Amino acid sequence: MSMRIVIAKPGLDGHDRGAKVIARALRDAGHEVIYTGLRRKPSEIVRVVMDEDAVAVGLSTLSGAHNVLISKVCEELISNGMSDVIVFAGGIIPDSDREYLYSLGVRAIFGPGTKTSSIIEFLDTISERKNSQLDVGVGEKTGWRWS
Amino acid sequence: MVLSLEKNLSLAKQGNRRELARLLTQIESGEKLPLDQFDESWVLGVTGPPGVGKSTLIGVMIEEWVNRGERVAVLAIDPSSPKSGGALLGDRMRMSSADNGESVFIRSIATRNHPGGLMPFLDSMINLLSYCGWTKIVIETVGSGQSEIRIIAFANRIMLVDGPDRGDIIQAEKAGIIELADIIVVNKSDLPNADSAAISIKKSLDLSDKNNDTIVMQTSSIQHNGISDLIEKLDHMAINKERNILRIKERLLSRWDYKLLSNSSLGDILLDLESGAINLDEAIELL
Repeated sequence: MSMRIVIAKPGLDGHDRGAKVIARALRDAGHEVIYTGLRRKPSEIVRVVMDEDAVAVGLSTLSGAHNVLISKVCEELISNGMSDVIVFAGGIIPDSDREYLYSLGVRAIFGPGTKTSSIIEFLDTISERKNSQLDVGVGEKTGWRWS
Repeated sequence: MVLSLEKNLSLAKQGNRRELARLLTQIESGEKLPLDQFDESWVLGVTGPPGVGKSTLIGVMIEEWVNRGERVAVLAIDPSSPKSGGALLGDRMRMSSADNGESVFIRSIATRNHPGGLMPFLDSMINLLSYCGWTKIVIETVGSGQSEIRIIAFANRIMLVDGPDRGDIIQAEKAGIIELADIIVVNKSDLPNADSAAISIKKSLDLSDKNNDTIVMQTSSIQHNGISDLIEKLDHMAINKERNILRIKERLLSRWDYKLLSNSSLGDILLDLESGAINLDEAIELL
């Protein structure tokens, strides 16, 4: 099922090849992708998700600041009443940081070497979960994650 | 259902952006809102070929308007892939300065299965935005050539954006949107040949009608040249009433296309056409 998805680059890192490849892959899988461009503040990303009425947001970071940036996006989504929005992340995120991010409500983390087909599968899965009223949004009960 | 819609409408009117965004989604999926038609909406259609800087120009126009106390809403239309049905909506990344503050609202719209993307529900979207107090509404079209005349079905002011040094200036000699534009902007005036581009457009217009009052001007989004002048001109521009019949015609055609493309038997009829079971005239009868 086609979804509206924001692909965002939070913070100061200027590498967006990955984000663009993902955006393109999602488009080719039939989704409507809103790409934010580089160097966006968490608050701006939350605004884009809100105005575009997106179902999900993918955050790409390679700068090492993922813990700070992604947590801000998650917090602001929740405080703005968007607990149902699904958050996933990609880029360079060490294993040791992942549990923390999952605990914030992030539902998937895709590292280097991920096949675009697994991201599409993830999106199909979250769409099914959403339809079955299962927890999947950033502010909903954590526990389920993509693996 | 109707009750909750009315509640959502009143929340959106009070400035709840999330409700507004959701209502726009509902309109996009075919829902009708219980709203009267506004006649006073201020709607600018922005068209022009790809790559001339429409989105970036709108981005700086937003800043200028917001500084003047306006509330600006942009509907940015980008094409859907005819193969996958998906879309990459990238207009708003060129308007990034606009993602702060309460006075700007940008919504990206995919054309879905309506080539050109100027679908009849844009009317309801404009109506909703006006109802919610957005004083300047801008529609950015996909900018693919001369089929774009349909924008006059939805916008009461038309701005055509072009660039310097484009072979397409010769296209200006052709009939089409150039004759309908209220204002023609040669953007990227910081690049060479912007002057001559503007002059050749002006000459081309004068050739067909000495008395035409189409404004031709130059802007540079990156240097902020000509922007406040442009806003000044747009704000004081009168609505061209002579286009009424044309406007109505394009509205009718837009509905017609929408009805045709939403016809549930369209897929079968296309298959029958492909196999040669029926011809085009028969297909039209069936539809």
